[in-house]
Amino acid sequence: MTAVSPEVANVYVRKKTGIRWSRVALHVFLFAMAVVWLFPLLYALYTSLRPYADTARLGYVSIGGSYNFGNYEKAFTDGNLPSYFLNTLIVVVPAVFLTLLLASMAAFVLSRYSWRFNLLFLMLFTAGNLLPPQVIITPLFRMFLLLPLPSPSILSDNGLWYDQYFGVIAIHVAFQLGFCTFVLSNYMKTLPQEMVEAAVVDGASVFQIYRKVMMPLVRPAFAALVVLETTWVYNDFFWALLLMKSGEKMPITSALNNLKGAFFVDNNLVAAGAIIVALPTMIVFFAAQKQFISGLTLGSTKG
Amino acid sequence: MTADVSGSAAPTPPGVGAAPASKKKRRSLLLTRRDKWILALLLGIPAAVHIFLVWVPTLASVALSFTSWNGIGGLDRIKFVGIDNYRVLITTYPPFWPAIQHNLIWLGVFLFIATPLGIFLAVLLDKEIRGTRFYQGALYLPVVLSLAIIGFIAQLFLSTDQGLVNGVLGAFGVKPVDWLGNSSLNLWVILIFASWRQVGYVMILYLAGLKGVDPTLREAAKVDGATEVQTFFRVVFPVMKPINIVVLVITVIESLRAFDLAFIINRGTNGLELLSTLVTNNIIGEASRIGFGSAIAVVLLVVAVGPIVFYLSRTLREEAR
Repeated sequence: MTAVSPEVANVYVRKKTGIRWSRVALHVFLFAMAVVWLFPLLYALYTSLRPYADTARLGYVSIGGSYNFGNYEKAFTDGNLPSYFLNTLIVVVPAVFLTLLLASMAAFVLSRYSWRFNLLFLMLFTAGNLLPPQVIITPLFRMFLLLPLPSPSILSDNGLWYDQYFGVIAIHVAFQLGFCTFVLSNYMKTLPQEMVEAAVVDGASVFQIYRKVMMPLVRPAFAALVVLETTWVYNDFFWALLLMKSGEKMPITSALNNLKGAFFVDNNLVAAGAIIVALPTMIVFFAAQKQFISGLTLGSTKG
Repeated sequence: MTADVSGSAAPTPPGVGAAPASKKKRRSLLLTRRDKWILALLLGIPAAVHIFLVWVPTLASVALSFTSWNGIGGLDRIKFVGIDNYRVLITTYPPFWPAIQHNLIWLGVFLFIATPLGIFLAVLLDKEIRGTRFYQGALYLPVVLSLAIIGFIAQLFLSTDQGLVNGVLGAFGVKPVDWLGNSSLNLWVILIFASWRQVGYVMILYLAGLKGVDPTLREAAKVDGATEVQTFFRVVFPVMKPINIVVLVITVIESLRAFDLAFIINRGTNGLELLSTLVTNNIIGEASRIGFGSAIAVVLLVVAVGPIVFYLSRTLREEAR
C-alpha cells in the first residue's frame, strides 16, 4: 500500500466505495419493489384479521381495535367454502392426471418416431394452446348443450356435457394438452437415445418403451408440470363460469362471489375469502418453487 | 455449432432432436404392425381430444360468424347472412371500437411498462446478490394467484367507501373517487393490477434465459471496457433473441386474452369493454346472438393468428429441418 501514491489510492478508495454504494442502491431498490409487490397481499391479510365493526368505526386506514379469525370462520361457514374446495378438487385431480397422460402419449410419438405429420401436430397443439379461449366459446357452449352423455351416471346427471364436471374437465384437458405436449416433447428430445435403443435391441414393443423406459425418465418434467397445471386449473374460473349453471357445482374461485352480499359488501369478509382461496396455491408455490419455475421455463426455452 | 452426434455417447442436444434420417428409417423398419397401431393410438387419442374441443369450435366460430342464430330451436334454424354480422359489428355495434381501443391500451401498457419492468428486474436479479430468492419470490407471488383473487384484492384497494386508496386520500381531504365506476379511470387502475402479475411472469421467464447466457460473453465485454448498460444492450440482449420472442409473444397474447379482471369488476362494461368480454356477453347474456358473438370471436382469432404464426415459425423452425 505504501508504494501507491496518495492520488491513486484516493481513486481506488473512491471507486471501491462507489461500487459498494451501487450495491446498496440495488438492494434498496429491490427491497422497495418487493415490499410494493407484497403489499396488496399483506393489506388483504391485515384487513381480513379485523372485525367489520372495528374498521367501520376506525376506517380502513387505521391501527387498533381487535384482531381475530372471525372473518375466516364466517367465510368458511357462510360461504360454504369446504364444499367449493371439494368441487375444485373434483375438477383439478382428473384434469391434471388426464392432461399429463395424454400429453405424454402424444409427446412420445412426436419426439421419438419419424412421423409424416410430426410438425403439423406439434403446430396444432402449440397454436391451440395460445388461442384466446373466447375464440372457441360460442360453438363450444352450443356443443356442450347438444352432446349427449349416458345419464344418470358418474359422468353426467342431465345427459349433457353442459353443467357437468365432466365437461369442465374435458375442456381443461383439451386446452392444457397443447402446452404439456410441447414441454414434454422438448424434454424427451433432450434424453439420451441409448436407453431407448437398448430396449429396442432387447425386443421391447413400442408400448413397453413408452411405459417402462420413457415414463420413468420424464419424471422431473412431470413434477414441474403437475405443479404448474394444478395451479392453473385451480385458479381458473372462466370455464366453470361458462360451462356450469348449478351454483353448488362451482369451483372455489367462483365462490368468492358468494361472499359479496347483493346490496352490501363486507370487505373484511371478502379479504378473508381471498386469502383462504389463495392459500393453497401459495403453499404449493413456496413448497415447489423450483418445479414451478422450471415448468414455465421448459415451455419457453427449447430443451 | 453442434457436430453430427449420431453414434457418439453424448446426449442429443435439443434442436438437433431426432436422429439422422438413415437411422430413423432403420428404426421404422423395426416396427411391427402392432407397434404402428399403438403409435397411431398414442398420438391419435390426444390429437382427437384436442382437435375436437379446440379446433372444431374454432372453425365453427368462423362458419357461424356468417350466420344468424339465436340458439333456440335446432341447427336447422341457422340462417346464412353473409358478412352482415361483421358490417353491424364495425358500423353500429357501440362497444366494438371501445373494446379494440381498450385491448390496444392493454397491449401498450404491457409492452411499454410491465414487460420492460419485468426484464429490468430480471437483469438486476441476475447479479449475484444476497436474498435473491426473497426478491424473486415476492415479485413472482402474484403470478400464482387466480385472477379472481386479484380482482377482489383490486376491490379492497379501489372500492369507493371501503377502499384503501380513498381512505388514504380522504386523510388529505380528497373527496372519494369512484375508481372502478368511472369509465375513463377504471381501465387504467385495473391495468395496475394486471401489470402487478405480468411483471413477475416476464421477470421469471427472462431470468431463466439470462442464466443460460454464456458468462464469457459478459467477461469479454467487460475486458473491452463496456459499461453494464452497453453490455446488456449490445451483447446480452441480442443473444437472448429466442427468449425475447417468447416474451414478446406472451405479452401480445396475454393482452388479447385479457378478460378476468374486467369481467369480475363489472362484466366488461362501462369503460372495461374488451373483445373477450364482448364475446362472452353475447352468449351467456339474456339474448344469445350466436352468429354475432362468433363474428367478434373471429376478429379476436384474426388478431391472435399473427403472433401465433410468428411464434411457431420461430420456435419450430429447426424441427422442420
